[in-house]
Amino acid sequence: MSPLTTTAAPAAALPAPPTATAPDAPARGPRALWLLAAVVVLALVTGTSLAIGARGLALETVWQALTQFDPANGDHAVVHARIPRTVLGLLGGGALGLAGAAMQGVARNPLADPGIIGINAGAALAVVTGIYVFGVASLGGYIWFAFLGAATAAALVYLIASLGRDGATPVKLALAGAALSAGLFSLMNVILVSSRDTLDRFRFWQVGGIAGRDWSVVLPALPFLLLGAAIVLTTGRILNNLALGDDIARGLGQRVGLARGITALGIVLLCGSATALAGPIGFVGLIIPHAVRFLTGPDYRWILPFSLLLAPALLLAADVVGRVILLPGEVPAGIMTALIGAPVFVWLVRRAKGAGL
Amino acid sequence: MRTAPETRTEPAVPPAVPPAVPPLTRESAAELALRGNDSRKHWRDLTTRGKVPTRTGVLALAVVAFFAASVLLGSYTVTIPDFFWILGAHLTGGEKIPGASFIVMEHKLPRAVVGTLIGAAFGLSGALFQTMLRNPLASPDVIGISYGASAAAVTAIVVFGASGAVVSGAAFAGALCVAALIYAISRSGSLGSGGQRGDAAGSRLILAGVGVAAALQAVVSFLLTRTDIRTAADVLVWLNGSLNSANWDRAGVLGIALLVLVPAVALLAGPLRILELGDDTAAGLGVRVGAARLAIVITAVGLAAAATAAAGPVAFVAFLAGPIARRFVRKASLPASALTGVLIVLSADYVAANIAPLLLDGTVLPVGVITGALGAPFLLWLLVTSNRKDA
Repeated sequence: MSPLTTTAAPAAALPAPPTATAPDAPARGPRALWLLAAVVVLALVTGTSLAIGARGLALETVWQALTQFDPANGDHAVVHARIPRTVLGLLGGGALGLAGAAMQGVARNPLADPGIIGINAGAALAVVTGIYVFGVASLGGYIWFAFLGAATAAALVYLIASLGRDGATPVKLALAGAALSAGLFSLMNVILVSSRDTLDRFRFWQVGGIAGRDWSVVLPALPFLLLGAAIVLTTGRILNNLALGDDIARGLGQRVGLARGITALGIVLLCGSATALAGPIGFVGLIIPHAVRFLTGPDYRWILPFSLLLAPALLLAADVVGRVILLPGEVPAGIMTALIGAPVFVWLVRRAKGAGL
Repeated sequence: MRTAPETRTEPAVPPAVPPAVPPLTRESAAELALRGNDSRKHWRDLTTRGKVPTRTGVLALAVVAFFAASVLLGSYTVTIPDFFWILGAHLTGGEKIPGASFIVMEHKLPRAVVGTLIGAAFGLSGALFQTMLRNPLASPDVIGISYGASAAAVTAIVVFGASGAVVSGAAFAGALCVAALIYAISRSGSLGSGGQRGDAAGSRLILAGVGVAAALQAVVSFLLTRTDIRTAADVLVWLNGSLNSANWDRAGVLGIALLVLVPAVALLAGPLRILELGDDTAAGLGVRVGAARLAIVITAVGLAAAATAAAGPVAFVAFLAGPIARRFVRKASLPASALTGVLIVLSADYVAANIAPLLLDGTVLPVGVITGALGAPFLLWLLVTSNRKDA
């Protein structure tokens, strides 16, 4: 993946609206530099993810394993075994970051997150149903259920929030998500309490992680993920308009309902595939866009590509820390992101002057 | 309910406090939307006579009926004379009926008593939080206190192999610690120092709670993968909130806690009603806002912690009791919230213990599964209708 072309595309494709976007945004130069820095950070973390693990390897061994692979060499095999989870972390993290940024824009809610708007709950219930009713037992088998559940839940939340006169307002989205999550989790618990076998499989999926998955998990989700990313990366200008409020956005010629719908479609594709890939992983989609805003200001045409680069870095870093923190065991990435993310979240909350719900 | 005369048209008796209208700008659109258009009057006549006591009386009668139903009916049915005969024999040490005495006195009655007590405690706790923070989202389960109890209890079970009273103690301590943590995070100097910032402190309390809850939930999920499946299944039942292990010991401890906390709630009802008018107004009327808020938080947390220690975090009871009670008695009322909490728990537990096993091959569901499954649609309905009304 060439980050420069990825990020240049949306910015170039969308002519800058004269006044609609952040007039006080910093000049383009520093942000381009930051973008370069983000690419470097991501590359470094990717390398770390290949190099660090329960089995310590010298850097040159890692390099050799990548350049001159020797199947007989055990160390090389270890490095190669780390490739799928690294790729998965890159894809899943990127999807979560993009989806989180777009979701916060569409919902105009700084707390929008796959967990909060019910997507994780939908995926979880679908996976439990898959295990209990259809006897699915492999991670590869879970992904279709996770995807279907995530998409259904997202569509349902959007539909419920759209009822009533003023449509899908941010608060209604958040509340509908919270309510639907609670209900779906209860239904899920009905199954889990009555079937111990289901619980035994589900509890390992539930923590969310990128370990132990192979290409059979990555490939089916890939088309959805790429389509979703393509949609969301082109919505920067739409999100900028929506951020000004529905009335102003309408005044600027934005068809608000349509814009929300298209972006929501991209979000559902991204969240669905991320959850299918890695299980429910919280906080990545929530924190990264906030962190990115420090670098970019409020312009979504920059927030989106930055999120695409930095979210995978966070997810992979969490995964790497999880590998070594509890040797010989391993803490799944989903747990680590929550443990790293919660303090950051709390800090964000304290910092916010009038953190409204 | 439909035939009852419209209470809103009743002339409102002037409250003890001049009805200062809080400036609209302070209210977020969200709060207005959720609270409906009775936002300014819903505390107005807490102490006045009218339809409210009647409706609260209806709730109380319903509680008695539900209590009786959960003791007398179900998979093991007792007739009313038999019940009193068993109760009398138990109290006076008379002759016991084999089987029936045990089932009634050691199983059904303590279960109903614990259910009643936790329902009241959760209902009061949720209503206190929601009223004080002026936000319907603020209930102990949303702002992370229940997760503190869960994480502590699960750690006790999984890591230290604890059971019974130790788990309850851990849950209680966990709830208090997390509440203190959230309070400390949200405080940052401005809590209670007047209008705008006081509201911001309330929002911060909720948001900090959401963040802490998510982290603790991750811990619980992780611990679930680190134990054998039998323990994991037990933990899951506890996590959902269950009355299956209710006994007289728990009822006793919970009863003592409520004996302390309920009078505290009664004392705080006055300051709470004034706080509802806004921090500035309350300060102007001589309420020590910071102290009052702290006392209310401590009481509400104590109620939630005691109930969670006894039965686990029963979902949605604290969250729903206040809004349902307000719809029924047409204004916010702490006693009505407590009674509604009891009704929710008792009816859900009846379904969980007597109806669910028929459908699920004898699995007795934790009561929290039912409250969650039934609570969610209600919340969605509340959301849709309240928006429609004042959109």
